[in-house]
Amino acid sequence: MSRQPYTPAQYRRVVSRATPGSRMLRGYLRAFWVGGTICCLGQAISLWAEGLNLGEITNPMFTTGVLIFLGTTLTGLGVYDRIGKYAGAGSAIPVTGFANSVAAPAIEFQREGAVAGVGARLFTLAGPVLAYGIATSVVIGALYWLIRGWLP
Amino acid sequence: METLMMFARAFAVGGLICCVGQALIMHTKLTNARILVIFVVSGAVLTALGLYKPLVDFAGAGATVPLTGFGYSLAMGAIEAVNRYGLIGAFVGGVTRTAAGITAAVVFGLLNALLFKPHMK
Repeated sequence: MSRQPYTPAQYRRVVSRATPGSRMLRGYLRAFWVGGTICCLGQAISLWAEGLNLGEITNPMFTTGVLIFLGTTLTGLGVYDRIGKYAGAGSAIPVTGFANSVAAPAIEFQREGAVAGVGARLFTLAGPVLAYGIATSVVIGALYWLIRGWLP
Repeated sequence: METLMMFARAFAVGGLICCVGQALIMHTKLTNARILVIFVVSGAVLTALGLYKPLVDFAGAGATVPLTGFGYSLAMGAIEAVNRYGLIGAFVGGVTRTAAGITAAVVFGLLNALLFKPHMK
């Protein structure tokens, strides 16, 4: 009469897999390793760029450009959205996620036309990011201009 | 060995920054767009306070690849341009420093719309 299909150890494992706490832990682990891996990819590209003799300013630009190319292409192939479902913030927070947020609606809204569809939707997420990012940089620059005389 | 440590630092710091985003996704009702905006703006503010540059020096791509790094570039660009051009630099530096990234996203995004058809959800 084995009405108990699990040993106590197995049972604990099943319960812990089903509780929100462990689901959260899993979310963090996935975000951590995927995000970390994308950053390592960026580090590798930047090492490769050093071999191309790019300057201190242009090297990060090149690295970002390549990552964005990878992000948009993987989005077009439908791969990035699958990574996103698995990794959550791990794929949304790196700059490849920014590329994904530009490319995904551009592809999605093709049938709404080249201008109102692709052209406008391109900035669905990038718009707010650029608007507030650029505005912040102007405020920072202006404040710095005001106080730089007193800075050490 | 030095190279390996560099990758380990990039992995750890990049992973942790993404975990902050994951915490915002799981524990708050913030939309994705808001989270991305928060990341870019806080990256820029942390840079202005002098707190983000040390992280970039320590972790390399681990700090520059997440969107806080985009904010870092915006703020660094604005500050450096003010040193060079005065007040007008505040309007020049941020976008100049990030121009490659923004342009790449727009151009490759457009190319994608030409090359690929929508995927079924």
